Amino acid sequence: MKILVPIKQVPDTATQVKVGGDQRAIETAGITWIISPYDEFAVEEALRIKEKRGQGEVVTVSLGPDRVKEALRSSLAMGADRAIHVNDPAFAEADTLLTARALAAVFTQEAPQLAIFGRQAIDDDMGAVPAQVAELLGWPSLYWIMEEAIDAGGKTIRAGRQVEGGLEVFEAPLPCVLAAQKGLNEPRYPTLKGIMGARKKEIKDLKAGDLGLAPAPPQLSVVRLEALPPRSPGRIIGGEVKDAARELVRALREEAKAI
Amino acid sequence: MRVELTEEQEMVRAMAREFADKDVRPIAAEIDRDARFPRETVRRMGGLGLLAMTIPPAYGGSGTDTVSYAVAMEEMARACASHAVIMSVNNSLYCEPVHQWGSEEQKQRFLVPFVGGQKIGCFALTEPQAGSDATNQHTLAVRDGDHYAVNGRKIFVTNGRESAAALVFVQTDHEAGHRGITALVVEKGTPGFLVPRVEEKLGLRASDTAEFVFEDCRVPVANRLGEEGMGFKIAMSSLDSGRIGIAAQAVGIAAGACELALGYARERKSFGVPIGQHQMVQWMLADMATAIDAARLLTLRAAALKDAKKPFGAAAAMAKLFASETAMKATTDAIQVHGGYGFIKEYRVERYFRDAKITQIYEGTSQVQKLVIARSVLGGA
Repeated sequence: MKILVPIKQVPDTATQVKVGGDQRAIETAGITWIISPYDEFAVEEALRIKEKRGQGEVVTVSLGPDRVKEALRSSLAMGADRAIHVNDPAFAEADTLLTARALAAVFTQEAPQLAIFGRQAIDDDMGAVPAQVAELLGWPSLYWIMEEAIDAGGKTIRAGRQVEGGLEVFEAPLPCVLAAQKGLNEPRYPTLKGIMGARKKEIKDLKAGDLGLAPAPPQLSVVRLEALPPRSPGRIIGGEVKDAARELVRALREEAKAI
Repeated sequence: MRVELTEEQEMVRAMAREFADKDVRPIAAEIDRDARFPRETVRRMGGLGLLAMTIPPAYGGSGTDTVSYAVAMEEMARACASHAVIMSVNNSLYCEPVHQWGSEEQKQRFLVPFVGGQKIGCFALTEPQAGSDATNQHTLAVRDGDHYAVNGRKIFVTNGRESAAALVFVQTDHEAGHRGITALVVEKGTPGFLVPRVEEKLGLRASDTAEFVFEDCRVPVANRLGEEGMGFKIAMSSLDSGRIGIAAQAVGIAAGACELALGYARERKSFGVPIGQHQMVQWMLADMATAIDAARLLTLRAAALKDAKKPFGAAAAMAKLFASETAMKATTDAIQVHGGYGFIKEYRVERYFRDAKITQIYEGTSQVQKLVIARSVLGGA
């Protein structure tokens, strides 16, 4: 079974994000880049499916500039068999739909039986690409996946998605798109052997032309990024405990309208 | 000149850091308090390849370079110096000499099971009267057919209780002095191989430090590493390598303490401002950061020299000397930045201070490092 796992490289969760000079992108200098954590669940699940079935191929795919190779290399160190890097300035300002079109073209070339995404990237939190890819290909898509099981013949998948208070279990024919939720698994650390072996695995570079895509302008574009206003300082209510408590209740009720 | 890790070395750092932060740091205070050997995490380190990093994949190792080893050691020590020394001894003082000096059959028996964490090894050189004076070995091995009868005592053996085999240095020819020292791999369970005690220590409390006694312990000649009389050379070359690991451990201890001090300096207020705004505190933090960076560069240089197959003994001694002195100073100052709270266990920084001290002593004291360095700079004089 061939499984495609699209991954996105995002700033490390500990990054102090600053708005860049043009107000349309964040300042990227000094940022540590990682695989988006939900995408790591996707890589892990694909590896587990392959290990459980005793055969198959896990291919990771990413769209972005040269630095994205590091994320792909990390996925190879975790155990993916090979990677595809869609690296073309034509996609520099890609919105979710352009990204989805590029990925759908990769899917058409690779013809996987399953695709596993993270349910959203932790940078812009759009969460749109998995559904858009599925739509473009006419495949079913299931989000917020907490568990999955593929039938022995590799024809159908049963997947449980997280809903308020429980699991909603679906069955879908393959090929299909899954979008992983936290809790699906615990991603492995790459072993040192995995890291040392990653260099020998293939990362194929693709341009828009290789995918038969003509350059198109994005339909969504960022107009402006705004930093959150600084939090107003807290207030310390002094005085006798009894009076202070009364004042606290009054402030919570009348000023903050919290109770 | 490039002072930059490769993409692979960065990946090793990222993996070691994540493992150290998520799996090791949370138990570090507890295993220190209880002096408990962390078997579970050590086994996992074996699975990740951290216990035999530079051993070739043909023997189950990871096949990384020494720079990667130093980087991973630093990351481990930032979280827990006990884990770091367990890792260092298995890598540098057990697996590396068995790989370098062992026959093919010995590698299959004494190396392959020790790379993945199923078994760990140790290095027994020090004796009550032979510390820095390592040539003064009193453990005797007398040849008797295809065995040696070993009698004597070894002390301060890191991983001693937990290890499945020990690289033991014995005197096979007393007249020949250090040219009569021989290296034997002795397996636990061999009759006459006793582990009578485990030491109570100031620091590195989760690593076990044991005493060995050999009473007419019969060790097959097939367990001898190299020839008779090569033991001292094997010991010294292992320690040259080991010093790179200990230097990296010292850098990690210093860096871990420095991070705690920085965090505290940002949060703790006195005279109306965070204490990091006071020049006296800034002074300590600036000195700390500079010394740590210098120690790290010396350590990585020694590792890079070893990887380039160039002489690295003096560079390793300089790195170990400077890094361990830095660890002691940085952890002392990190407590000072914390003031009274630094003296309290809850603030975690005192563990780094206690763990730092041994780095000035083991695998050659600071004084022995200076001896090695002085001999190197004086040349043949």
